[in-house]
Amino acid sequence: MVQFSLPKNSQMRTGKTWPKPDGARNVRKFQIYRWNPDDGENPRVDTYFVDMDSCGPMVLDALIKIKNEIDPTLTFRRSCREGICGSCAMNIDGQNRLACIFGMDEVKGDVKIYPLPHMPVVKDLVPDLSHFYAQHASIKPWLETKSNTPAKEWRQSIEDREKLDGLYECVMCACCSTSCPSYWWNGDRYLGPAALLHAYRWLIDSRDEATGERLDDLHDPFKLYRCHTIMNCAQTCPKGLNPAKAIAEIKKQMVERTL
Amino acid sequence: MGYKTDYARVHGHGAAGEGIHHWWSQRVSAVALIPLTLLFIFPFGRTLGGGYEAFVATYSNLWHALVAVLFIIAAFAHLQQGLQVVIEDYVSGKAARTAALLANTLLCWAFAVAGVLSVATVLFSA
Repeated sequence: MVQFSLPKNSQMRTGKTWPKPDGARNVRKFQIYRWNPDDGENPRVDTYFVDMDSCGPMVLDALIKIKNEIDPTLTFRRSCREGICGSCAMNIDGQNRLACIFGMDEVKGDVKIYPLPHMPVVKDLVPDLSHFYAQHASIKPWLETKSNTPAKEWRQSIEDREKLDGLYECVMCACCSTSCPSYWWNGDRYLGPAALLHAYRWLIDSRDEATGERLDDLHDPFKLYRCHTIMNCAQTCPKGLNPAKAIAEIKKQMVERTL
Repeated sequence: MGYKTDYARVHGHGAAGEGIHHWWSQRVSAVALIPLTLLFIFPFGRTLGGGYEAFVATYSNLWHALVAVLFIIAAFAHLQQGLQVVIEDYVSGKAARTAALLANTLLCWAFAVAGVLSVATVLFSA
């Protein structure tokens, strides 16, 4: 059955409260999930205080400041700092966000930061996304063609190219999939909103010649039909995309080829 | 501990080649239930409190009996399909899931057939 309570070794405890910075007048409190696979301890929530007068405006700025100036053991992924690599996806203030483009002024009260929900944790705010990436690979996210390769390029009209808008922008941060209850309960078999959005991106691509095979691969009660249009994916997507709509379009294509 | 790759785990047994029929028929039964519920509920409501005679008086009429039978079939088909989705979503153990799916199908069929037979009995015995 679905588990509504955490197993004993995953239950969170109150962690260390780090001292407030000396002389700071504009201090913000951060509560951050910590877990180290090497110490055998339960996860805990550490409390940090950050001087906002010497900190950038985004949540990632605060995390980097904490790592640099308070606690170098705090572990998180980050790279581009401008919402294009998808590395710093985490649960901030109860919503999956990219820390680099999520402003602290959008959070009321203490800033609570956890790893992406319902994924195995590697350490602290770093989730294990191996399964998520394998799901992405399984939808064959590349152009599949059978015709002879043209001398120059596979041509596409402006109108057909526009159909990819709202799809190609996905940075695979996993915010959507890890916010989806269907993915929480059946993530081993349900492909999830991110992989399905990518699947639709190739299904709708006018240059692709494997539409039938792609639909065959998705025709499964679990891979595709676990989506119940809960819409958490669209609500949480830091890029403003709508994976639920892409999934609905795949279902429409499924119907179209049977009716 | 297993050494199966992530890709092998995701691929599993491949796509079942099923899903569209269930998804589409659930929507068909949902659409059918909109008029059928309205047509069924008012004559049925009028018979409540009137005893068996009131039921016989209503459902000996071919039109009311037809609506009742169609309503029962559509409602139990929709119930079976909907509960199947709920079970697949929330019951993860293989044995428990199989048992729940079996019970759901058998009970929905049993109730639907019992309902249709009841209406038929009233219609043909009147």
